[in-house]
Amino acid sequence: MAAKVTVEDVDRVAELAHLELTQDESGRMLHDLNAILGYVAELNEIDTSDVLPLAQVSELNGAAGASVLREDAPLPCLARPVVMKEAPESDQVFFKVPRVIER
Amino acid sequence: MVIESTAEPFVQKPQTLAALRDEIAAGRTKAADLASTYYERIAAINPQLNVYLSLTRDRALEQAQRIDAIAAKGDPLPILAGIPVGIKDVLVMRGASSTAGSKILEGYHPPYDATVVTRLEAAGAVLLGKLNCDEFAMGSSTENSAFGPVRNPHDLERVPGGSSGGSAAAVAANLAVATLGSDTGGSIRQPASFCGVVGVLPTYGRVSRYGLIAFASSLDRVGPFAANVRDAATMLGVIAGHDPRDATSSPAPLPDYAAQCDKPVEGLRIGIPAEYFGEGLDPEVRAAIELGIAALEAAGCKTRPVSLPHTRYAIPTYYLVATAEASANLARFDGVRYGYRSTASESLSAMYRHSRDEGFGAEVKRRILLGTYALSAGYYDAYYLKAQKVRRLLAGEFLRAFAEVDAIVTPTAPTPAFKLGEKTGDPLAMYLADIYTVTASLAGICGVTVPCGNTRAGLPIGMQVLARHFNESTAFRVARAVEASEAS
Repeated sequence: MAAKVTVEDVDRVAELAHLELTQDESGRMLHDLNAILGYVAELNEIDTSDVLPLAQVSELNGAAGASVLREDAPLPCLARPVVMKEAPESDQVFFKVPRVIER
Repeated sequence: MVIESTAEPFVQKPQTLAALRDEIAAGRTKAADLASTYYERIAAINPQLNVYLSLTRDRALEQAQRIDAIAAKGDPLPILAGIPVGIKDVLVMRGASSTAGSKILEGYHPPYDATVVTRLEAAGAVLLGKLNCDEFAMGSSTENSAFGPVRNPHDLERVPGGSSGGSAAAVAANLAVATLGSDTGGSIRQPASFCGVVGVLPTYGRVSRYGLIAFASSLDRVGPFAANVRDAATMLGVIAGHDPRDATSSPAPLPDYAAQCDKPVEGLRIGIPAEYFGEGLDPEVRAAIELGIAALEAAGCKTRPVSLPHTRYAIPTYYLVATAEASANLARFDGVRYGYRSTASESLSAMYRHSRDEGFGAEVKRRILLGTYALSAGYYDAYYLKAQKVRRLLAGEFLRAFAEVDAIVTPTAPTPAFKLGEKTGDPLAMYLADIYTVTASLAGICGVTVPCGNTRAGLPIGMQVLARHFNESTAFRVARAVEASEAS
């Protein structure tokens, strides 16, 4: 932990996250990520070799809802026109996006 | 609407839910008139406070008229009949602007209601509009809103806290009788403390998140703000309960929270964790909380020290877990199905990148990058998995403490409200504003923050009362005892 983040790391992570950073932003994020990751390195002080990860708390609190799934039965859902209305670009049936495949 | 006058022009205490509802039931006040009065006050002071991002006037007046018609017939009224309520803009309302404080959702009008919205309206509440917040609930000051910061009604130069700053300030300024917010690491409790109102973090699973725009799904919760403990308890009673549309919502039985508030606290065992009273705690906050603890002792509570030694690791744990989950949740904002799309893109991947780059603010990008980094190949075990393991240790400490005590009390925040701009340049300093609240978020337990005195400069101070999973009733009782004492 606490590996030093490089500008190449920031660019790689931005690409994974579909973010395009300006050079200014990239420099700022490099600084901030190193500061934050330096701080979280404190977690290395704790021996967790015998500890299981806790992804969510329902197992602790007896929230039976989390372990009881509902019946897999179809229910009414939103009508297509009200959903498509919110799309930046659509033909009312499909979402339209810039061309993906060049002819 | 009777208004208590105070020295400050913006701070005003709303009437209680019960008093307002009685007036409406007796026909002395019309719900429609009450809503109009609130809209007038919003028009008068919202420009300075920036609490509401949008108003849902037609829907509110229609609901108010429905309530007035029931009252005119003399039929029984539901529990929140005619009560003006505001909704944090991370919760969706059908056909109403729902931005989550982000430019990427500007112009989005969701085609459905959040379950909590449906429940409030079924209980007769009049929903006035949508409240400002940090973008995607990421922040501790509401300065990360794409639509400008909220001002603290107690001092316009100061932040209201965050991320639910609009929800807290709305109650403090009587721009709603009660509001809803969301709390992922402290986003209800810390602003409630900064604005001098009551805020509730319900147990994870207690309140449906269907229709909550997701930030970190293992942590996100919806909860109420109100001007007093009993009203907050009434609000929780309305919104809580199992929802088949949220797989994490619990079928645990629902007590009558409002009725539990006034049960005596005599004999309750209250834990005081030394880790919450150490370095970094403002001396005035410490003194106020100590007075609150003394008031609980005077009411017959038995206080004792409890140990939560991993507390200092909570912020790093939280920021790894929350950002990892956020990076996944926010992947859905891609300019395809709803929200903002960048126009100048020749390819699909450029359209994704440009839409996200232009649509997200700096803090959201920072957290997406941190979360993506923590989940990426080669770092997953060292960061994300490590944080989940420490999360188990933190949660286990609380479970052990609650074997010995009924509630734990702490300051809600280490300081009173800070000034606008004071922490915006330093993300880590901002994260530390949540140092006393992230622990309960990670453990999934419940809590209530209640006003507990003021600084000499007149800024509110909040006491956090934590209780074990699904034991909101005990947190309300203890909070009510503090509220009823001189310490409040």
